[in-house]
Amino acid sequence: MSLACKGVMLAVPGRVLCRGLSFTVTPGEVWAVLGANGSGKTTLLHAIAGLKPCAAGEVSWNGVPPGTHPGRERAREVGLLMQQEDSTFWGSTLEYVRLGRFPHMRSWFAWQRDDDERAAAALDAVGLAPLAGRSYSTLSGGERQRARIAQLIAQAPRLILLDEPLQHLDLRHQALALALFRRLAREEMRAVVMVLHDALWPGRTCSHALLVFEGGFTLAGAARDVLTRENLERLYGCPLQEFAQNAARYFVPHV
Amino acid sequence: MSPGNGLAREWHIAVALIAATIASLSTALLAGTYPISARELVDSVLFPVPGVVHDVIWQLRAPRAMAAFACGGLLALAGLLLQVLLRNPLADPYVLGVSGGAALGALLALTFGAGTALMSTASLGGALAAILIVFIVGFRGRDWNVYRLLLTGIVLSAGFAALASLTLALAPQAQVKGMLFWLMGDLAYAGSSLPAWAILAVGAALVVTQAVRLDLLALDEIKAQSLGVAVRPLQAAVFLVAAFATVAAVQLAGAIGFVGLMVPHAVRLMGVTRHRALAPLAILLGGSFLTVADVAARTVWAPLQLPVGVLTALFGVPAMLWLLGRMR
Repeated sequence: MSLACKGVMLAVPGRVLCRGLSFTVTPGEVWAVLGANGSGKTTLLHAIAGLKPCAAGEVSWNGVPPGTHPGRERAREVGLLMQQEDSTFWGSTLEYVRLGRFPHMRSWFAWQRDDDERAAAALDAVGLAPLAGRSYSTLSGGERQRARIAQLIAQAPRLILLDEPLQHLDLRHQALALALFRRLAREEMRAVVMVLHDALWPGRTCSHALLVFEGGFTLAGAARDVLTRENLERLYGCPLQEFAQNAARYFVPHV
Repeated sequence: MSPGNGLAREWHIAVALIAATIASLSTALLAGTYPISARELVDSVLFPVPGVVHDVIWQLRAPRAMAAFACGGLLALAGLLLQVLLRNPLADPYVLGVSGGAALGALLALTFGAGTALMSTASLGGALAAILIVFIVGFRGRDWNVYRLLLTGIVLSAGFAALASLTLALAPQAQVKGMLFWLMGDLAYAGSSLPAWAILAVGAALVVTQAVRLDLLALDEIKAQSLGVAVRPLQAAVFLVAAFATVAAVQLAGAIGFVGLMVPHAVRLMGVTRHRALAPLAILLGGSFLTVADVAARTVWAPLQLPVGVLTALFGVPAMLWLLGRMR
């Protein structure tokens, strides 16, 4: 069971985002995808999720392109945390999280008790249990982000794709969310791929990293090999300072 | 408020709206220039005896009440579906040009002095042409998006409205009043409501079986797709059901405003958000609301009949303002 990208090329009209992208993610690994704004990180996640076609090459999960699965079967395997949603949800927070159970729904008419329990447990995992009955539209930005993460946990896919999972979260909840993702990978043997914008977190929390450079060149590998000052300076096009403590390295931009 | 309470609230509102349905339909059978008492109505239901009372109830008032209820339910359903499809709270059954096409067809037929049957065929033809154009332009190709669908509908509506105004300006004086009634919506000339009830049943079944998919679609197209909803076929089905519901409603009563836009919002403002409950409750509210409005239209100024479309707005605006005032 693994995610394999072979020679993937992604393009939007008038621009190639990346070409010749090859990497393999196996369960238990946590991947960071880093790149400048507009470098195609979101497009890559959507292609992996089977929502967008690749211009060339192929993506496969368990040897099969995710896009060829019937919808709900695919959604039980691959889940995506989106950067934003089009419109707001008017029901309660628990109802919002429970929508993540759609791929597992066994009846056309009603949710099962199992779905409610999974949704409640997922809310608990992100510390939102006290807000279960609150209207989702009244939640703050950070609380909504945690509710979205809870929805993905209720969905319980084997391959977890996260597009900027830390946005809107305060420092404590950033750390808690990352700990949660690591637990999902290590203890439940799920595969996690997340787009991050922070050069401080990946070195400590991710086992692997994928850098998407301007011009479509990519670099993938173990985090400690890939996350070097030279690579990150080239990636973001700005000079960085490096700090080392307890064998961990941190990168901070010069201001 | 726990989710359990949400379910309880859905049931409370359901009981209230079923009561409203029964009350509105009984009122429609009782009220009118020929006086009928509740006792006579009960007798007529339990022990039907041929006579004036029987004829007034079953041949005049019942068909009209059934037409009004079906029409209101269809408009509410179509409005709800289009608000989901276009992810736009301002969407109403007429936003995609269906009623514009129907109105143009009907007005052209009236101009040439056509009878009721021909007028009905012409408006059906106009509505179907509008659906076809919007469907082909709006759903064409891979790079489908709701904005193109919405704008196609709005542009088409504007074109139909201009042509309808032109027809109105050029029409013989004698026909103008009938045309205005048609444009404002009027149930006096409603034909058989059987096709409308059939479409209402199909539409309600679609919404209730696809309710969770609609919850997801209303939230975000890509999210729905990533959770395993076959988005494109669902959108096409939603569009077609909404379009044909609108056609059926317009065939019965012309373009009655307000119901399709506001009834779904009214049910939402009562705190119902899941489409599984939202759709049936909107159908009940839309149906009973239009039934009551139609009773008022034919009794308030009797023997003069008012266009019901005017009354739906007159009743609806204060009710909506009150609900909006309570919105948190």
